[in-house]
Amino acid sequence: MELQAVLMAAGGGSRMTDLTYNTPKAMLPVGNKPLMWYPLNLLERMGFEEVIVITTKEVQKMMSTDPKMKLDVKMKLDVVCIQEDGDMGTADALRHIQQKIKTDILVVSCDLITDVALHEVVDLFRAHNATLAMLMSKAHEFTETVPGQKGKKKTAEQRDFVGVDQSGKRLLFMANEADLEDGLSIRKSIMRKHPRMHIKTGLVDAHLYCLKKAVVDFLADNKSISSIRGELVPYLVRKQFSKTTNCPKIKDDAEDQNQKKNDGSTNHGHSSCLSFSLDRSCWNDHRGDMSEAYHGGKLRCYVHIMDEGPCYRVNTLAAYIEANRLAPKLFEEVPVHPSAVISERCQMGSDSYIGAMCQIADKTSIKRSTIGNSTTVKEKVKVANSIIMHGVTIEEGCNIQGSVICSNAVIGRGADLKYCLVGNGQQIEPEGKDHWHEHTP
Amino acid sequence: MVMFSLTPVLDVCTQQQEGKELTKEEKQRLRKEKKQQKKSKEKKDDKPSRDSEKEKKPASAASPAPQTPTQPPAQKAAPAPVPVPASETPSAADKPAKSKAELKAERRARQEAERASKGKKGDVGPQAAPGKPKAPPSELQPVVKRLPEHVQVDNPEVLKKLAKKLERQQVYGCAPNCCGCIPLRSDYGYKVSLFSHLHQYSRKAPLTQQLGIPSTVIHPAIVRLGLQYSQGIVAGSNARSVALLHAFKQVIRDYTTPPNEELSRDLVNRLKPYISFLNQCRPLSASMGNAIKYIKKEISNIPSQCKEEEAKRKLLNCIDCYINEKIVLAAKAIAKYSIEKISDGDVILVYGCSSLVNHILCEAFEKNRKFRVIVVDSRPRLEGREALRRLVQKGINCTYVLISAVSYILPEVSKVFLGAHALLANGYVMSRVGTSQIALVAKAFNVPVLVCCETYKFCERVQTDSFVSNELDDPDDLIVTRTGTTQLEHWQEVPSLGLLNLVYDVTPPDFVDLVITDLGMIPCTSVPVVLRVKNVDQ
Repeated sequence: MELQAVLMAAGGGSRMTDLTYNTPKAMLPVGNKPLMWYPLNLLERMGFEEVIVITTKEVQKMMSTDPKMKLDVKMKLDVVCIQEDGDMGTADALRHIQQKIKTDILVVSCDLITDVALHEVVDLFRAHNATLAMLMSKAHEFTETVPGQKGKKKTAEQRDFVGVDQSGKRLLFMANEADLEDGLSIRKSIMRKHPRMHIKTGLVDAHLYCLKKAVVDFLADNKSISSIRGELVPYLVRKQFSKTTNCPKIKDDAEDQNQKKNDGSTNHGHSSCLSFSLDRSCWNDHRGDMSEAYHGGKLRCYVHIMDEGPCYRVNTLAAYIEANRLAPKLFEEVPVHPSAVISERCQMGSDSYIGAMCQIADKTSIKRSTIGNSTTVKEKVKVANSIIMHGVTIEEGCNIQGSVICSNAVIGRGADLKYCLVGNGQQIEPEGKDHWHEHTP
Repeated sequence: MVMFSLTPVLDVCTQQQEGKELTKEEKQRLRKEKKQQKKSKEKKDDKPSRDSEKEKKPASAASPAPQTPTQPPAQKAAPAPVPVPASETPSAADKPAKSKAELKAERRARQEAERASKGKKGDVGPQAAPGKPKAPPSELQPVVKRLPEHVQVDNPEVLKKLAKKLERQQVYGCAPNCCGCIPLRSDYGYKVSLFSHLHQYSRKAPLTQQLGIPSTVIHPAIVRLGLQYSQGIVAGSNARSVALLHAFKQVIRDYTTPPNEELSRDLVNRLKPYISFLNQCRPLSASMGNAIKYIKKEISNIPSQCKEEEAKRKLLNCIDCYINEKIVLAAKAIAKYSIEKISDGDVILVYGCSSLVNHILCEAFEKNRKFRVIVVDSRPRLEGREALRRLVQKGINCTYVLISAVSYILPEVSKVFLGAHALLANGYVMSRVGTSQIALVAKAFNVPVLVCCETYKFCERVQTDSFVSNELDDPDDLIVTRTGTTQLEHWQEVPSLGLLNLVYDVTPPDFVDLVITDLGMIPCTSVPVVLRVKNVDQ
């Protein structure tokens, strides 16, 4: 077996607590499908047959009852539950499942929506015998107004500085603005080996990583690393250029081939054979200095940067709204679910998506919106640019614009909501006028 | 041909109607005769004769099974396989036996007509053949040798057959209903007409695009190897063979014999799709071909009562021995012979990056010979830079020129050392494109040319020019950006422009003075002798 897929679905959605108050992030509906359906669909399309899903008990329960998950996902899901308290980082989760991991792994986050050709990332991993291969994408501007926030959203996000070499594939440097106090410092050893480096800041990390099995074993020994993105990846990127005597993982490649050969792992002795062939090969990944291919380094990190194509990480409210707008188009979702009951005098725009078992009454107008399952919309309601989740009841005469209404909410008669965020199970009183940019958790 | 078939067919017919079994020879003769008749009939597009031929087929309805395997190879020349087995049974069913005399008369009439038409065609056939080797050779006598399929890329029927063959190649280890086939890599860009019979792939469209990601169909080590070949990470004849053998070692280590199968047969079958996958990534080299032959022979020679663990250990051992003997020790032996030929004060010219030549020069330098090296390089691969780096790292005094300057630099040169990709059976040396240029110019300057080549690269092929069998690399490699402008960026839009990136060329033996192999220093013309001796040994 070449790669095992691991889906991290235990995240709490700390940056969109309003939405995840009642529903765990992995099961938030995007285009009427649970969020974790998207990475699972990506893995399935690529040909994976089994996925290890690390999640909480709550999500596991919801997964087993959700029809979309049961019908559409044909892969075998090996669900591993961990505690919900949020202390477990992604690397801790990997350590937790170390026993199940027999070969190199592909770690995917549950909030990734993309249609990247995964072979681009995996080919880098295979061809260069890399320790880490990851996916990044050019950041897209969010154009939709976010409900519950007055004024334009300030970019309070801290930037990531990513340094790549001339070919744009080899990852040389990665740091977050928060870790850099007085400026960006780059070691001389890196500059000597790679005199031309491109540093990019506008990139989104897709949180999709191909890691060698040796890294998981390393994590088991080093319990101090708890997050893949925050700690493990910068550590690996730095270790590429450190002197080999210090790096603990180097020994596994060279020594293992002298030891047991019965593990069946394809990494065994591979690097020594590769160096034997590379010695005779007339290829070098750089030119201009006297060192051999890869500068003799055994640890290599690669990145594939997507120029075009959708790649979203749904971890903020703005991203959630954007994803709802674009994800159904990606997957050619049927606009109206067959079991929805829509009366003839309803005006439905082409950009709208209606979920299963909805009831839409007369004289309603639905434009550019997503309506979840089992939602009831009564007469004379105008819904525009909104996201309405499952089980919501909207009474007559309401006017909803640019809002997000969470599950099981009830919007009273004649309410007028603009750019609001209505939490789970909330009730908006009838004739509530001119709610503007409000935020009811 | 036509004459003898009369009587046996009659005999067959009589026997059939008497219900006796056909003998093997008669069946064969019958099959052969049918083949020829079908070929000529299709050319004439003679409907009535086909119908009567089908009616004649009930005669052979008793032996439909042995016929079907021979039909597909027989129809190599015919564009559309005539659905013989399908038509046999219905015609047999709805037609009771005609009387003997009627059948005889029909057959005789048909054969007379054929004989008459063949007499005319026979003259045209042999003359057309040399001019158009790609024309369906059914018009000639069947003994003609056909071009191998990989050299007929512009023939759409051949491509279709290749695709079907890849589909049919049963890949073990995957579910029977999944598409366990190796995808066909499609050609890229406009091909220069002289080389349109070869494949031309683009590096930006790897074969892995069409495979599933955790590759279960093909062993991961082989996928990795294929990627490394197609991206040029492992390049050079020795490097590729070594990498191939290491990948096969991994495959053997991970192999388990399925129940009811024998390792000796099953493992060979399992390697076949891997080899076609690697072929699609990058055409196999002669050295790789020889290595594969050796492994297949070793696998088939495993006795059936051998336990799996022991068999695997033996195979791994064989592979290690092969690498050690044919590559590592051979390099040592060749270095020893070559050092005798290098004297102090020599100026040695090398071309490109040959692992063997680099090894020789490094060894000679360690034995304190005083010489300096001129490295000649050429676009688009610019491999000479890598050779330059390795030699300078050792401390050898080097000069670097491009191939356009070779005639200016040759007056200084005392010897030329060249590496080889393969040595052909007629003494020609197949090597990186540009080698024959260097040899030619060296000959003009009376500079001795020495080719260094291990014996495992000797191959039975015969070639006198570089057109018939070559490799076309990615044409986009020729595009270069200077001072911000890329002139050839949109070369595909210009209909009359074709980019040609050849990889190999062939040097005649007149330009080569000596071949240094691990068996000694031999002249170029002794290659067939070595091949013969090798075959006798095996």
